[in-house]
Amino acid sequence: MNPQPVTITFDGRPLTATAGQSVGAALASQGITAWRSTRKGGKPRGLFCGIGVCFDCLVTVDGETNQRACLVEVCEGMEVEGS
Amino acid sequence: MNFGNGPRGSDVLVIGAGVVGAATAYFAAQQGLSVTVLDKGLPASGTSSACEGNILVSDKELGPELELTRYSLDVWHNDLAEHKKLWEFESKGGIIVASRESSLASLNRVMAVQKGFGVDVEELDQAALREAEPHISREALGGASYREDCQVQPMLVAAHLVRLATEAGARFIAGTPVTGFMRDGAGRDGGRVTGVRTPRGDFPAGAVVNCTGTWAGELAAMAGVEVPVLPRRGFVMVTEPLPPMVHHKVYAAEYIDNVGSSDAGLQASPVVEGTPSGTILIGSTRERVGFDRTVSTAALGLLARNATALFPFLERVKAIRHYHGFRPYCPDHLPVIGHDDRAPGLWHAAGHEGAGIGLSAGTGKLLAQALAGLTPDMDLTPFAPARFGEASPQTASREEATA
Amino acid sequence: MSVTVDVAVVGAGPAGLAAAVAAAEAGARVAVVDAGNQPGGQFWRHAPETVRPEPDGHGHHGWSTYLDLRARFDAAQRAGRITYLPGLQVWMAEPGFTLHTTAAVAPAGAVPVAVTADRLVLCPGGYDRQLPVPGWDLPGVMAAGGIQAFIKANGALPGKRFIIAGTGPFLLPVAAGIAEAGGEVLAVLESSSPSAWLPHLRAASGVPGKALEGAEYAAVFARHRIPYRTRSIVTEVLGSGRAEGVRTARVDADGRARPGTGRVYADVDVVGFGWGFTPQLELPVSLGVDTRLDADGSLVGVVDERQQSSVPGVYLAGEVTGVGGAALAVLEGLAAGAAAARPDSGVPVKQPAAIVRHRRFAQAMHQAHPVPAAWQDWLTPDTTVCRCEEVTAGDITEAREELGARDVRSLKSFTRAGMGWCQGRVCGFAAACLGAGPGEAPDAGSLAASAKRPLAAPVGIGELAALD
Repeated sequence: MNPQPVTITFDGRPLTATAGQSVGAALASQGITAWRSTRKGGKPRGLFCGIGVCFDCLVTVDGETNQRACLVEVCEGMEVEGS
Repeated sequence: MNFGNGPRGSDVLVIGAGVVGAATAYFAAQQGLSVTVLDKGLPASGTSSACEGNILVSDKELGPELELTRYSLDVWHNDLAEHKKLWEFESKGGIIVASRESSLASLNRVMAVQKGFGVDVEELDQAALREAEPHISREALGGASYREDCQVQPMLVAAHLVRLATEAGARFIAGTPVTGFMRDGAGRDGGRVTGVRTPRGDFPAGAVVNCTGTWAGELAAMAGVEVPVLPRRGFVMVTEPLPPMVHHKVYAAEYIDNVGSSDAGLQASPVVEGTPSGTILIGSTRERVGFDRTVSTAALGLLARNATALFPFLERVKAIRHYHGFRPYCPDHLPVIGHDDRAPGLWHAAGHEGAGIGLSAGTGKLLAQALAGLTPDMDLTPFAPARFGEASPQTASREEATA
Repeated sequence: MSVTVDVAVVGAGPAGLAAAVAAAEAGARVAVVDAGNQPGGQFWRHAPETVRPEPDGHGHHGWSTYLDLRARFDAAQRAGRITYLPGLQVWMAEPGFTLHTTAAVAPAGAVPVAVTADRLVLCPGGYDRQLPVPGWDLPGVMAAGGIQAFIKANGALPGKRFIIAGTGPFLLPVAAGIAEAGGEVLAVLESSSPSAWLPHLRAASGVPGKALEGAEYAAVFARHRIPYRTRSIVTEVLGSGRAEGVRTARVDADGRARPGTGRVYADVDVVGFGWGFTPQLELPVSLGVDTRLDADGSLVGVVDERQQSSVPGVYLAGEVTGVGGAALAVLEGLAAGAAAARPDSGVPVKQPAAIVRHRRFAQAMHQAHPVPAAWQDWLTPDTTVCRCEEVTAGDITEAREELGARDVRSLKSFTRAGMGWCQGRVCGFAAACLGAGPGEAPDAGSLAASAKRPLAAPVGIGELAALD
């Protein structure tokens, strides 16, 4: 059984992901490596620890701010925003 | 920094490198006195590292406390002006919020009296309050704005004042607990305090200053005198970093009542403020539970409920950390500052309760003046250590025997 | 919601699964709290079973052990002996014991449950230990374990061309996993030397399974022509806005870059770093468990032969007792679970010989793969150390030299290193080293200050407001 494709949006743009993927994996698979700017230096950040420890990969998911992209699973129609 | 080893005499020996000790050392060095600072750990390891860095005028009792606050504020703004950046000095201003008609009425009464004493306070109606703090609860009826309230990063204050003191010739020795006092043996109480004993040897001094905060009572007892400084625990919660949402130090009208209270039970009034790093500090509880470090879910729950009542948006914000500290307080809620006539040669600067950061600058400067033999800018009589009664000779002789 | 049980297990990785199964089979009522949505932890992480119901264990080690434990876990759950609470993180463990939890993700996260238990088995595992290097904060730089987790959970790669660097045997499965998933590993850079192994061969021979694993990796490396460069490090990650390449160097025995050995790898997508592991110690520390420094320089919990910590009723298993890998974690979990189920059996217990052997092997590994003594020399003053609060090596050196900040606690206060979202989980070890000074290893006190996190996970203020 192959996982179903699902469509999410990232900063308003539609993006195809695979059911069961994490938000971080969905973004990285599309070549998006950074989706957050640091508060002080405005530096780009994306996945780092990949297991929910470092909080570097924070995104807004369906309006819920500061979610770890490496932990949240994509689902159809999910709206993801960088920060 | 000079971490010099080995005993050596000095004019002034300061015990404790919290903000109060650091300020005392700094100003004593400015007076041209030779100064040694001892700390059992590193600078700012006690209450100075577990507080909110308040320099508040708004919550002070009229009388000596307010007078010392205003004097201290002047020292922060003038004597220490050039160093403000080092410790993130922020003139953020404080706002007291009233959410009930009755508390608004008492707040107005307090304001009227404070104005009479020269406090810079301005009444805020509901619209003005919203403008100052757009995310404040819709329940808030009005408030009072205290432009003089400021904030510092207290650990940086202590560390930099110690550094500046050493640059002015003082010596700082970390990791050196005081185990006893040197006495000259004259008189029935063991005589004059002439220095301290430590595992690193004796440190003779012309004057020994007890700046040990919540531990000041224990240290005083070693010299046979009673300084009733007790710990009053406080929890502070820290949120995730956010864009600026809270612009002042915002607290509820009930805060003032709690500060002056001697109730042992758990109390909390909302004190909410943003910090330069984006986190929001949510304080603070007041409990008399000794040095108990057990985390209390009751305290966290109370803080959270009070804070969300003041700023409903906090409901959806995460706390990432909390900390607690022990405010050093005296039964009359006034600090102990000055020479201890019961144990000549011993001085105290401790027991500033929740106001130690704000009062440290003034305390240090006044004490340094007295140590240098000058008349302090402000009368220290209300803070005199001897107000707690006579020395107890039994304790004194026992300590001498073990020293 | 709340649950009351005999034994609460935190974590559902190799140690937690084993502990839960052992406790349940010994007759205890068990609750298992885990941040993941399904059992397995980091080691046996696999694609969501909602999407791939029959994981084949491809790329996994000890998968048959997992399947056995999982079958017993599921059976105990069906029999009502195990209450499984996935998707939850413990933000506080209260003495006595109560675990307060919060959803790991939102929205649509798990409903928080308060778990009250007579005994706790804490199996929170660990995460890659990191040493900062210029450019390590660029996107495209990941923890080596993060790359592996990505592959295991998503069946995909976070990039195409990889450099894996650091120290320790764990770099091998990470690189092998990338190659098997179709990625190109330009090189694996191991800071220590192969000869570092020689004095420890005897310990290794006690755990034959490990030799077999090693042979497997060697075959994968040969098949995919992965260069394995020892005594080599990444001195800088290159790129603007994202990792694009690395500068490497050969190092001496202390980890000092040797002049003239510099080399650049261009066209790199992902750089993976791993310097061993850091055990997740905040829950044991918050309960007052005694700790010690392990051979790898990590702070770990002290346990007796029944896996019980210095706090009666608190048992520890897996990486929190000393980093030692999944096989050891399972053995410890089984011992801890059985002991926690029958705390008063009174029978003196001899530690299973297998645990002793595995532990000896782990110690040998740690000694063969030390954190290079001179690693601080790799830093420039503007190298980020604390990623959350963007505190640089220069900031930390200044706080140490000017303000006497020699431990993590003072460094936090003076520089904010470790005060951000991750609460020093990533930078804690490095900051402790920097506080101790060049060439120095941190002491237990400094590491303990770093592991002290009164909130073990971020928790909503709205949730706290509901507490009594």
